[in-house]
Amino acid sequence: MKTLTKARPAAPARSGKPARALRTAGGLSLRLDVRALVVTAALFLLACTAGVLLIGSGDFDIAVADVVKTLFGGGTTAQEFIVNELRLPRVLVGLLVGAALGIAGAVFQTVTRNPLGSPDMLGFSHGATAGALLAIVVLHGGPMETAAGALIGAVVTGVAVYTLAWKRGVHGYRLVLIGIGGSAVLVAVNGYLLTKAQIADAARAVLWMTGSLNGRDWAQVWPLLAVCAVLIPLTVGYGRQLRMLEMGDDTAYALGIGAERVRLVTLVAATLLVAVATAAAGPVAFVALTAPQLARRLTRAPGPNLLPSACMGAVILLVADWSSQRLFGADQLPVGVLTGMLGGVYLLWLLAAERKAGRI
Amino acid sequence: MLVDSPPRESEAAAPDEPPSRRRTSARAAGLLLSVALLAVIVVASIAVGAKQIPVGDVWHGLFDNTGTDNDVVIRDLRLPRTILGLLVGAALGLAGAVMQALTRNPLAEPGVLGINAGAAAAVVSAISFLGINSLTGYVWFSFIGAAAVMVVVYALGGSRSATPVRLALAGSAASAALLGYVRAVELFDTAALDKMRFWTVGSLAAANMNTVKQVLPFIAVGIVLALLLARPLNAMALGDDSARALGAHLGRTRALAMIAATLLCGAAVAACGPIVFVGLMVPHMVRAVTGPDLRWILPYTAVLSPVLLLGADVVGRVVTRPAELQVGIVTAVIGGPVFIYLVRRRKLAQL
Repeated sequence: MKTLTKARPAAPARSGKPARALRTAGGLSLRLDVRALVVTAALFLLACTAGVLLIGSGDFDIAVADVVKTLFGGGTTAQEFIVNELRLPRVLVGLLVGAALGIAGAVFQTVTRNPLGSPDMLGFSHGATAGALLAIVVLHGGPMETAAGALIGAVVTGVAVYTLAWKRGVHGYRLVLIGIGGSAVLVAVNGYLLTKAQIADAARAVLWMTGSLNGRDWAQVWPLLAVCAVLIPLTVGYGRQLRMLEMGDDTAYALGIGAERVRLVTLVAATLLVAVATAAAGPVAFVALTAPQLARRLTRAPGPNLLPSACMGAVILLVADWSSQRLFGADQLPVGVLTGMLGGVYLLWLLAAERKAGRI
Repeated sequence: MLVDSPPRESEAAAPDEPPSRRRTSARAAGLLLSVALLAVIVVASIAVGAKQIPVGDVWHGLFDNTGTDNDVVIRDLRLPRTILGLLVGAALGLAGAVMQALTRNPLAEPGVLGINAGAAAAVVSAISFLGINSLTGYVWFSFIGAAAVMVVVYALGGSRSATPVRLALAGSAASAALLGYVRAVELFDTAALDKMRFWTVGSLAAANMNTVKQVLPFIAVGIVLALLLARPLNAMALGDDSARALGAHLGRTRALAMIAATLLCGAAVAACGPIVFVGLMVPHMVRAVTGPDLRWILPYTAVLSPVLLLGADVVGRVVTRPAELQVGIVTAVIGGPVFIYLVRRRKLAQL
């Protein structure tokens, strides 16, 4: 395949190597993008490695081999207590929150057809923050109340934004505008609540707003795991339809996709994922924004890249948590500080590298 | 992308009159009306507050100052505040409109290109590490922080060969990294958090003539530059290839637009904190009325943004009297629902 023009040699470079197809004798065929599969597998392995490292590090360091042995049930009593009761839930929460945010970000960016269309932009995170701030500042509630407030805030915001954007169907562009309108109001409300709070409450609220994995136990893991186990496969199952949706509603309808139904189902799923993730760890910034972008640049595949985004989100969150513990000591700096820095700097580096390589 | 945005005026125009001229006079009348509205808001902003001043005394205080109590209040408190509101409002609105045209993204606001994050990072460093505590002390830090980040984002966005998506992504990536830093400093230093939580909401309350003089040159240059960019940015709205075919200098226009936005937004954020809403919303509201022509959007935005900002400031002074609600909060709480209503009701003119 030859390039289109001399001036833009980079753009059609990918189309030179079509994805392979897997065909069975019965006439079924499946499109196989080898690069995307390899990237997804590598990211998954990386997330697991980061998880094992994270379990091993802390006030009481455990060697990697011992961690693996303990996870499979062969450690000493002390190791089992530390690994299974203290550190495993934290790592699982990080893994699930990262995956949920990553996949939700990919859905939002596809449906709004905007690389900036993350839950932060559409107001869901701010809604969750408003709920949590009300719980902290007005009701002086503890962690459980805060999580409940966040969950309610996110769901209410999601329903409100979707209803307000509905007008004979939800259009991506209108959804984005309603979302930023709503989030502007919520940001103002949150700012007001922060200025009215006692400084101790305000510090607690900022800690929560940054997103943290400190002190997470099994009570947080189970609801998160249940929701993710249902919604992540469901969303991944809609990956094909979402990709069709990227071609525009008319084309999607012509190809047999119920655009409105696909949007409703995937948006509800993504909103719920963001809601439970935020309730578990706070509104960890920028994972939903950067993970899909990074995944897309690594797989170089079109479409929403749902699974790679999920794995990428988990990698970002766990690597961030591990580096924050290595750099600043255990439980000093919440993970949200590092996700922003790591994700942001990595995206900047990737943009610079892409520019040198002449892609985009 | 959006199918329901045909030019609607054409069917309403009288058959013997060319529709374009009629549309032009309607838009000019609308602009005049906006200016009149702005004048009313300015008078209200001088008259209303913890101490009410009759409208007759406003005139007296402005042009025939004899040093009565009311005259002192007007000259030392209300006038600087109103002028700063005018300048900052126009600056934020124009910066937002230019940004949205430049990145061709309805989500673009100065925050997206990292300006607010740069300013916040510089201010939090000034507070925490250099022990600077006065608002006038922040001004230069916030300005330099905004400008530095803008240069980095522009370079990483691809400088002369930047595409809208790359600019927006580079900006959000820079914001992500910088806000992480701001949060870290706030969490380690509770005193800095105490200062920052008030800076972040955005307020006009600390305005004085000194601040006005500091930011005036930057905003003035920025406004002129932004208004001059209307035509090339219009061409760029057609896509890079068409714009080049029409004779627009893409690289130069992008660089100048970034400079204009940095001057306007950097100065505004320096003077009264990151007020996101005005730059984000007013261009969208204006676009719903004028259509996508930047030669109309920019002047309308420059006039209507201060109306929103000063109006919100007046409301903020009244609702919790004698205490005040910060202008950044009131703009968003009032403007948000209005914006959502507009988005739902009007047929949207898309970028």
